[in-house]
Amino acid sequence: MRLTPKYRWLPTPFRSLLLFMVWLLLNQSIEAVHLFFGVILALLIPLLTLRFREPQPLIERPLLALRYILLVIADIVTANIQVSMLILGPKRRLNPAFVRVPLDLQHNLPITILASTVSMTPGTVSAEVYPSAELFVEGEPMPQRYLLIHVLNLTDENELIESIKQRYEMPLKEIFQC
Amino acid sequence: MQHWMEWAVAFFLLLGGCFVLIGSIGLTRMPDFFMRLHGPTKATTLGMGGILLGSIFFFSLTGEVSVHELLITIFLLITAPISAHMLIKTALHHKLTAISKTRGLETIEPAQRKAHDRKMP
Repeated sequence: MRLTPKYRWLPTPFRSLLLFMVWLLLNQSIEAVHLFFGVILALLIPLLTLRFREPQPLIERPLLALRYILLVIADIVTANIQVSMLILGPKRRLNPAFVRVPLDLQHNLPITILASTVSMTPGTVSAEVYPSAELFVEGEPMPQRYLLIHVLNLTDENELIESIKQRYEMPLKEIFQC
Repeated sequence: MQHWMEWAVAFFLLLGGCFVLIGSIGLTRMPDFFMRLHGPTKATTLGMGGILLGSIFFFSLTGEVSVHELLITIFLLITAPISAHMLIKTALHHKLTAISKTRGLETIEPAQRKAHDRKMP
């Protein structure tokens, strides 16, 4: 996991890229003026806002991150269809449950991304992370963290935990190298 | 506008509308708060996606290319899980009851006080 950027003038390369894209999308054009102004904003805003925030882990494997985004988008589509079926189907057959997923990730940012992904994908909503970050004493090793999720229709607890760890947590560990 | 493109726009609008409707049905039909949360967080994302795709097609065909709907999609994808998380966290904090066949209720920890609160005498 790397917290310090490679170049001081470009502290968060992917946030800069995102800002640049958002600027072009807002203006809906690729004229030279907008390209130029977009680059300036994309470089200036991260530099100006850098001191407001804590350093976050940087993306080490951009291609894997892109693959992860595509995977999540595909899963959102299947999730929507599955949840629609469950909602319209008979209520008696649903088996709701709370499940605790042990996490290998330790930093807050990857855990946040994982929790958001879990919320968007089939039949699960993430509820809470145990133990909460406020309880940590600085300097001591981090305890094992858990993600509490609510499942709409639980069939096999171990299978669900395994699939979340394999499908979403492994790529995140690779992307942030932690 | 060409005939088949009208069909495409209508298809995406209807698809989106269906998913949003199903999400709302889930909101009324499910028996407890935690299950009710699933409909609006998920079914609505694809619903909004469909409606926005329809919008992109429609405006791209009538005038110039229109892509800033993509921004709405991105913001929705980012904010939907956060609001779901805040809602379910609040529900846990208020100890809302889940239906009796819900498993794993014992895995919920009681809300803890902050570390610095505990050090106070």
